[in-house]
Amino acid sequence: MNAFWIAVIGSSALAFAIKVLGASVPESVLSHPRILRINNLVPVALLTALVAVNTFADKTKLVIDNRALGMAAAIVLLIAKAPFPVVVLGAALTSALAYRYF
Amino acid sequence: MSVKRDSFSVSITVGAYGSAFGAAAVAADFSVLQACLLSLLLFSGASQFAVVGVIAAGGTPLSAIATSTLLGTRNGLYGLRLAPILKLRGWKRIVAAQITIDESTGVALAQNSENEMRKGFWYTGFGVYLFWNLFTLAGALGAQAIGNPSAWGLDAAVPAAFLGLLWPRLSDRKSWVLAALAIVLALTLTPFVPAGIPIISCTLLAIIIGWRK
Repeated sequence: MNAFWIAVIGSSALAFAIKVLGASVPESVLSHPRILRINNLVPVALLTALVAVNTFADKTKLVIDNRALGMAAAIVLLIAKAPFPVVVLGAALTSALAYRYF
Repeated sequence: MSVKRDSFSVSITVGAYGSAFGAAAVAADFSVLQACLLSLLLFSGASQFAVVGVIAAGGTPLSAIATSTLLGTRNGLYGLRLAPILKLRGWKRIVAAQITIDESTGVALAQNSENEMRKGFWYTGFGVYLFWNLFTLAGALGAQAIGNPSAWGLDAAVPAAFLGLLWPRLSDRKSWVLAALAIVLALTLTPFVPAGIPIISCTLLAIIIGWRK
């Protein structure tokens, strides 16, 4: 079994386990305000890290390339309140143009 | 606004994002089947993008699983919140668990009566599930048709998708500070540790910042 299959099956199994667990345990266990606060912040930390790494990392090297320009376009589109698919497409096209012409 | 209309408009808009996921997965060398299985089985947008993003960045399957699971913990807390409203047992509880995500929870909790909440949960959960999976397939097939997106320089699509998911969560000063610190930590660690670890490490920042009120 290769890396892709391990990632697909492992993450799917754990995601399902968490969902079922949440629907099954008594509420008092996890409703501490601190747990709830941290839980709201975890996606912010992880998503930001994913943005940074997928924009500036090439394996373990830091680079500024066509992706950075694509992300600049994404930020402009988000500030202009563009819908999600437009943001993704705009970033992809901008980075493709940068890749082609620089 | 009626709960049916709420549910439908959320389902179709969010479902359409599935095409971005399908395309991103294929761009990161996942097969069309693997992209579709992630949407059918994992079914949680940010976690699915994380699996793809970590592998695309050269991370190990283990760090992909860890990042995706950490992002998925909130679904467990949604389930906790919804359980007293849904009041389910047996297989219905299992089905409800699988469709407990941001959107079904959001629409449910926005309703005024418990009856409407239950409707909002089921309509939105099934609606997003249906459209998300259809659009995943479409996006994956589309990306497969144009070949390797990296060769075209289309690879900003993946971080842009993460940014799109992050954007609405940057609602207060605390989250902006956390985001800034996460960028610094992730990029500082990148040259020194295996890919994937810089991302997971940022969980610590969330714990530190969330510890105090």
